Amino acid sequence: MSATTHDDPHAHDTSHGHDHKPGFVTRWLFSTNHKDIGTLYLIFALVGGTTGAILSEIMRAQLLHPHGTVVNSGQEWNTIVTAHGLLMIFFSVMPALIGGFGNWFIPLMIGAPDMAFPRLNNISFWLLPPAYGLIVAGLLLGDSGTGWTLYPPLSNATYQPGIGMDFTLFALHLAGISSLLGALNFITTIFNMRAPGMTLHKMPLFIWAMLVTAFLLLLSIPVLAGAITMLISDRNFGTSFFEPAGGGDPVLFQHLFWFFGHPEVYIMILPAFGIISHIVSTFSKKPIFGYLGMAYAMVAIGVVGFVVWAHHMFVSGISVDTRAYFMAATLVIAVPTGIKIFSWIATMWGGSIEFTVPMLWAIGFIFVFTLGGVTGVVLANAGIDQVVHNTYFVIAHFHYVLSLGAVFGIFAGFYFWIGKMSGHQYPEFWGKVHFWLTFIGVNLTFFPQHFLGAAGMPRRYPDYPSAFAGWNFVSSLGAFLSGIAFLVFFYVLFRTFTSKEHVADNYWGESATTLEWTVSSPPPFHTFEELPRIG
Amino acid sequence: MNRPMLLLRRLGAGFMALAFTLAALPAFAEVPKEPVLGIPKPWEMGLQAGFSPVKRQIIELNDLVLGIIIVITLFVGALLLWVMIRYNAKRNPVPAQYAHNTTLEIAWTLIPVLILVLIAIPSFKLVYFENNTAHPDLTVKVTAHQWYWEYTYPSEKNLDFISSIVPGDKLKPGQPRLLTANNPLVLPVGENIRFLVSSGDVIHSFFIPSLGVQRYAIPGRVIQTWVKIDKPGIFYGECNQICGTNHSRMPIEVVGVTKAQFQAWAVQAQKQFSADAAPAAPARVDVAQAKSGAGLGPASRPVPQLPVPQLIAQAQEARH
Repeated sequence: MSATTHDDPHAHDTSHGHDHKPGFVTRWLFSTNHKDIGTLYLIFALVGGTTGAILSEIMRAQLLHPHGTVVNSGQEWNTIVTAHGLLMIFFSVMPALIGGFGNWFIPLMIGAPDMAFPRLNNISFWLLPPAYGLIVAGLLLGDSGTGWTLYPPLSNATYQPGIGMDFTLFALHLAGISSLLGALNFITTIFNMRAPGMTLHKMPLFIWAMLVTAFLLLLSIPVLAGAITMLISDRNFGTSFFEPAGGGDPVLFQHLFWFFGHPEVYIMILPAFGIISHIVSTFSKKPIFGYLGMAYAMVAIGVVGFVVWAHHMFVSGISVDTRAYFMAATLVIAVPTGIKIFSWIATMWGGSIEFTVPMLWAIGFIFVFTLGGVTGVVLANAGIDQVVHNTYFVIAHFHYVLSLGAVFGIFAGFYFWIGKMSGHQYPEFWGKVHFWLTFIGVNLTFFPQHFLGAAGMPRRYPDYPSAFAGWNFVSSLGAFLSGIAFLVFFYVLFRTFTSKEHVADNYWGESATTLEWTVSSPPPFHTFEELPRIG
Repeated sequence: MNRPMLLLRRLGAGFMALAFTLAALPAFAEVPKEPVLGIPKPWEMGLQAGFSPVKRQIIELNDLVLGIIIVITLFVGALLLWVMIRYNAKRNPVPAQYAHNTTLEIAWTLIPVLILVLIAIPSFKLVYFENNTAHPDLTVKVTAHQWYWEYTYPSEKNLDFISSIVPGDKLKPGQPRLLTANNPLVLPVGENIRFLVSSGDVIHSFFIPSLGVQRYAIPGRVIQTWVKIDKPGIFYGECNQICGTNHSRMPIEVVGVTKAQFQAWAVQAQKQFSADAAPAAPARVDVAQAKSGAGLGPASRPVPQLPVPQLIAQAQEARH
């Protein structure tokens, strides 16, 4: 159960005199404090997400009408596509959910004073800004026109000769090391630093989510690192791992990439699962329904997520029996996902629901994630995939689970915890405006893309036959509306941080039961110097 | 050599290939006029209509799956609406505190399993049906290049030609933009046609939605798939795997004709295209092997095309 009792009401003792904060440079550049590092990650995610969102708007402007002239060439377009994907995944969703909320709330929720390896935590963060710089360099040089999947031979030295492509690959190396070190830190912290009495089966679901996520990172990132190392070596040192003329195999890269890439999508969504569980429970004023089922559904998703990778390769010439297996394995994932959806609804059932802004995002999440999930069942069918593979149907599917799912999770977490993190509450009205504009905008953007994909519009096209003009126009209008919604979010941030009001320790009331609500808002620089005991 | 120059040379090579094809116009093999059947339609919301057994079965399964997922989505949506209306704080000020119901939890695990089994059975059938390339009447080798297609008919005296986009300003009335190719892929209807798909440079994807055909074109590999076209008509497809700057500009145009028309066309086309110089050094599989269907595995990988224009460019660069 996520519900815990607090034997020691003074656990949040602000320990006057010990709450000494270091100076600016020491505090923010050499930071070893999990809350400060979490804040750095959140700011970083905002920068990465804003960059990625600007690229989205450029893309939708280009696709507003056929024969768009916003982008100058196919290569320029491909580079934008590549950077958009990588920025959103590695420099926005992951830093926000894992680095940001993970760092902030893992120690607070398990009653630990900090992460297990604070200095490792520092370097995990500081690897990211240079990686971001390299991605942006690859974008501005116009050299990395491969899509985020980086398939050779297109990504080898013959077809992407510029150094910007190498920058992009090294950016992934840096981001990968960052994630790997973070994962080590999370696993060690969760296994060793839980407050006395907090057994695994009493851990909050967000902690379960982060634990599974950390294991997925630990096992999948090294495979990506191997693949891109071989690619860098093919590009620069004359090897031919993926070069048929030298006995290499381009399909090998696809296997390695997706062995990482599929767990990666669960890496992005599992933390959101955790956040949504807490929000749904808090605002329904009911404990989570089927806690154990919820926790082990995430474990099951993590395990099965490692044996489904070739469903991204149904038309890559893998044998028919292999296709049949990967189809079956992929369909299986629908079961634990269904358990989660129904358990959230059952948590609300019989509750006394308050529609605060975080709850709106959470309910929105459940709906869009269901929609994105069921189109996954269509794509899992290798037979049907033959006509929707690489079309806008795929784009619609993964944006529903990630751009809507994971991002709704981020915003839900932001509105749920910003009072805790900053001490200031968000403006309720503008939070609602932000939610509704985003909800309408993103659905308008991505729902018509199902139609485009079914009719056969290929992805990564800067221009399209005129038959696709109608739905593309609607989709672009939706994207512009989502862009306006994002500006509203900046206004929300402005209002929050200029607000004079200060919130109490537990501003959501007694249905918010996890340990972060026992400390002040914002929490003191050092928390839990005396460990809380869980009954 | 700097990149813009390289790009220019590569473009130059493309134009040369195009010019070659255009020069052959006087002896043009006549392709029978057929109605356009396989093409996306404005505001279309579902799959393109099917004109092959595979595509018709895909549509059938898709209808089943789509029906199921729409019901599931509406069901979840309705549950969400119900809890929001019935259990909001105003109507239900005192929340219940239950958090378990074993029967319910078993039900929402087992019922999805049953639904998945229901979907999986026809899915397996379709996957194996799509793989049925055993007894082809005709084999066509499809080789993708940056940014055009090359079609080879081993059984028609190795008839071989390239097919590239007809640019917007060269389109005749009625020809769709970004879908029309200069030399369409002509195929007989009602015959089992096997495609052997490969690539001379990067990965492309040979994708014809209305015929239910899609396979990656991967250098160093030959991947097979098949089609049987229901009736005469024109069917459009596009490259569907990112392949460089002109990814959106290498359409596939298939013209399905009767067997007699096909044979007449093949003889004429053979004369026309063999009169041309061989198209710019395409990758070739061992045709005898391809025809017999033997040794299509990794052991018989053809040597892919060397990037000749770039090698020349590099050599010139080195000389300066």
